[in-house]
Amino acid sequence: MTTTSRPDPSTTTRIERHHYDVVVIGAGGAGLRAAIEARLAGKKTAIISKSLFGKAHTVMAEGGAAAAMGNVNSRDNWQVHFRDTMRGGKFLNNFRMAELHAKESPQRIWELETYGALFDRTKDGKISQRNFGGHEYPRLAHVGDRTGLELIRTLQQKIVSLQQEDKAELGSYDARIKVFAETTITELLLDGDRIAGAFGYYRESGEFILFEAPAVVLATGGVGRSYKVTSNSWEYTGDGHALALRAGATLINMEFLQFHPTGMVWPPSVKGILVTESVRGDGGVLKNSEGKRFMFDYVPDVFRKQYAETEEEADRWYTDPDNNRRPPELLPRDEVARAINSEVKAGRGTPAGGVYLDIASRKPAEEIRRRLPSMYHQFKELADVDITAEPMEVGPTCHYVMGGVEVDPDSGAAFGHVRGLFAAGEVSGGMHGSNRLGGNSLSDLLVFGKRAGGHAASYADGLSGRPKVPVAAVEAAVETALAPLQRDTGENPYTLQQDLQAVMGDLVGIIRRQGELEDALGRLTELRERVAKVSAAGGRRYNPGWHLALDLRNMLVVSECTAKAALERQESRGGHTREDYPAMEPAWRRVNLVCALEGDTVRLERKPLPKMRPELVGLFDRAELAKYLTDEELTEFDALVAADENADAAAEKER
Amino acid sequence: MGANDPQAAGKPATKRQFRIWRGDENGGDLQDYTVEVNEGEVVLDVIHRLQATDAPDLACRWNCKAGKCGSCSMEINGKPKLSCMTRMSTFTEDETITVTPLRTFPIIRDLVTDVSFNYEKARETPAFAPPPGVAPGDYRMQQIDVERSQEFRKCIECFLCQNVCHVVRDHEENKTAFSGPRYFIRAAELDMHPLDARNDRKEYAQAEQGLGFCNITKCCTEVCPEHIKITDNGIIPMKERVVDRKYDPLVWLGSKIFRRGQVPQTSVTSGHSSGAVHSSGGAGGQHSHAGGSHDPQAELQAQKGVNWHREVPHPTAPAVDDRGKLPLTELTFDRAAAPSPFGDDVTFPLPPEHLNFAHPDQDKH
Repeated sequence: MTTTSRPDPSTTTRIERHHYDVVVIGAGGAGLRAAIEARLAGKKTAIISKSLFGKAHTVMAEGGAAAAMGNVNSRDNWQVHFRDTMRGGKFLNNFRMAELHAKESPQRIWELETYGALFDRTKDGKISQRNFGGHEYPRLAHVGDRTGLELIRTLQQKIVSLQQEDKAELGSYDARIKVFAETTITELLLDGDRIAGAFGYYRESGEFILFEAPAVVLATGGVGRSYKVTSNSWEYTGDGHALALRAGATLINMEFLQFHPTGMVWPPSVKGILVTESVRGDGGVLKNSEGKRFMFDYVPDVFRKQYAETEEEADRWYTDPDNNRRPPELLPRDEVARAINSEVKAGRGTPAGGVYLDIASRKPAEEIRRRLPSMYHQFKELADVDITAEPMEVGPTCHYVMGGVEVDPDSGAAFGHVRGLFAAGEVSGGMHGSNRLGGNSLSDLLVFGKRAGGHAASYADGLSGRPKVPVAAVEAAVETALAPLQRDTGENPYTLQQDLQAVMGDLVGIIRRQGELEDALGRLTELRERVAKVSAAGGRRYNPGWHLALDLRNMLVVSECTAKAALERQESRGGHTREDYPAMEPAWRRVNLVCALEGDTVRLERKPLPKMRPELVGLFDRAELAKYLTDEELTEFDALVAADENADAAAEKER
Repeated sequence: MGANDPQAAGKPATKRQFRIWRGDENGGDLQDYTVEVNEGEVVLDVIHRLQATDAPDLACRWNCKAGKCGSCSMEINGKPKLSCMTRMSTFTEDETITVTPLRTFPIIRDLVTDVSFNYEKARETPAFAPPPGVAPGDYRMQQIDVERSQEFRKCIECFLCQNVCHVVRDHEENKTAFSGPRYFIRAAELDMHPLDARNDRKEYAQAEQGLGFCNITKCCTEVCPEHIKITDNGIIPMKERVVDRKYDPLVWLGSKIFRRGQVPQTSVTSGHSSGAVHSSGGAGGQHSHAGGSHDPQAELQAQKGVNWHREVPHPTAPAVDDRGKLPLTELTFDRAAAPSPFGDDVTFPLPPEHLNFAHPDQDKH
């Protein structure tokens, strides 16, 4: 079909139209799992992939997928996993999401085996599980250090297998599930408050494409590209976050960004590349420039009981975890990141501004190569660094955003005033609270990918009529998309991106201050004006400058949410550290900061956290809860326990 | 983290010469760029710098910049590589670095090619067949048994092996019948999967994927950034076992010894001689990758010497006796261990003049 909005030939645009029941935006773990579920529910499903199929950022996950299968330590179960997740997130998690995640992860992992995944095995032939920061028991299903690749390849191959079934049954691979590779969605289209479709372009040709669909699942990943030092790829521009905002949905927890404690800081060819936490799980230790193993100085009180106090005890833990406490190198990643930051600031860092991560002097070269094969070969090839012979230089790197679309925990349906929009994976918020445990994201993708896909399918089923795409909205989307190509006076998108990265990296980075955050908001406002005038040279065919120009406005609005929320939250918790408010405040634990878009401006609102169900609260010690909860909440807890005891006593009497 | 300025601990930036292919399916050419290079950078860093400065619309695929996603495949000085894994320090300071798109796939723009061929082949390869009656969670496999398949599952789908494979590199016409090394190891991976319910993976590879076209030049293994032993651990075991079932290789070779000259050739060796032994490693005698890695003299020679239009005989099985076996035993065989299914007198890589590959555009030059 042809939409004519202007006589100018460059805006007389051909738009390819497609009809689907469910459109999944994003082809990483969450997107693919959602698409599988929607297709299994019989829905005609489209998968939109910003890159080629199978290249999504999920491939970068190294450590593993956390699931309490209890294969290595039979004492593990969902309750323990739930506890670890809540602790890691500093109790700010949406408890229901953490609960569903802990309960359903094992099934999601086992399911992958039926798709053909080959995890590493235990001696009795089950899926092997490894230790990881923040997890009480060995819990991460893994494949060497390329678990993310295994996960995405498995899901990719499952989709192919579904396509083969469709080919056999209906004569076409694409009959019920189709992958649109190298396609970017720039706008969601609404019919009133209902999702009616999505508009975007093929990167390859620059041609526009319109999906008419009643249900959209966002699975676009994170926002790391707005930061200077990041492990994230170019795709991570917060598209899903921004699309959701513009469609009327809300974002929560945007102040919480995870800076991976151990990204490489030197040499430049590997800057930002993560060194998996399993290096520490396998015996790697952190040392400062004076050669001191400094993590013992940074064990926070809340963790004091679980972590070793001497090097000797810590070293014994690797072989005898039941009778020794864990080495402090295995503290949650925000604690490790903060410790490294403090060491560097105190002048005990490396010349490139990091610290040393040493496994070379602790394990035989052969064992390092066997346990960390791709890490070894990656650094050897990329930078000529031999991790079996010399320590690595590591420091905090922007890695993951805990914040995201505020969703209903069971269905993944977005809150706010929009219907038919779902989100799963990194783009959704709540599951990880203020900090994500390593290994929880791969299982998060699977658990909530499946849920979002399934619920999107039943939402589409339940509609009496299909929402209609308004022509005016499509015309506006075309105009917005073409604008950077038609301007030739604006700035280069790459310059703007660098400026944005500098603002976010310097002023809204790992350690935050009020003055800097206010400064950042001012600069973001200036940037917004410059981005509105950005111009891209060249034509529409595979033009990365144009693509970046379009991504910039997403990066900008999401950065604004982060900066605003970071300024508002006057405490330090998980992935949000305020130098001027260094303590964790129980009162702030009860508050979620919710961002919405009003016209062009980001509006921030406080919203109370959902209240944990009594049987879940009961899983924790009172002493532990005391570190997180307000006095008022503790009184409630005590009453609950007393009532429980009374009930027990009553039951006893009756017997 | 403002402290980690790349130049803080390294040498100052230098100016380097780059030649980058710019254009689309209608044609294009190499364009010269002078660009700043810092210590410790890789080719992709330099391409990004070009995009941010002189060439904002330079098209190039990339994602992880860590050698894990396989997106940034290109040909650097004629050699197929991941640009994120190609260190600038591997070139001399006065060397001009030529960057071209993958040659086997149609150009989209600049360094981006249409790799849909690979996704089509992926769709044609039958998926994992779960073992009937085994519930999720009840899969039991030993580490030693999964490791063989895990090697192939390391594949990051950079398609460098597909790009370099002689069978399709300059032979568009072979693409329909040939899946390429990436999908041979997919078949091998499933064949070796301890619980895969299908047992016809090898036969499928032979009959549908065109495994027989492969003449084991090992180019795929050479370029694999994951160091997967594609040929030794994937293709050869598949071939051997296919051969094993169809006809005993010992016997097949025996027939070669006894009836030399009448032996069927595999479809990719030329009819010139069945016993061509070529001096390995000689400068002029490299097998042809066409790109920049070959000797133009040898290439010219090779193209002159070959009749591009001749019919290439398909491999045929040798005659068998009434028990379905070949009339020969190991006793009459002149060497120990398993012979090569191509004949022990054939040394790989084959000399270029014995290969019948031609670029579709070769006559235009």
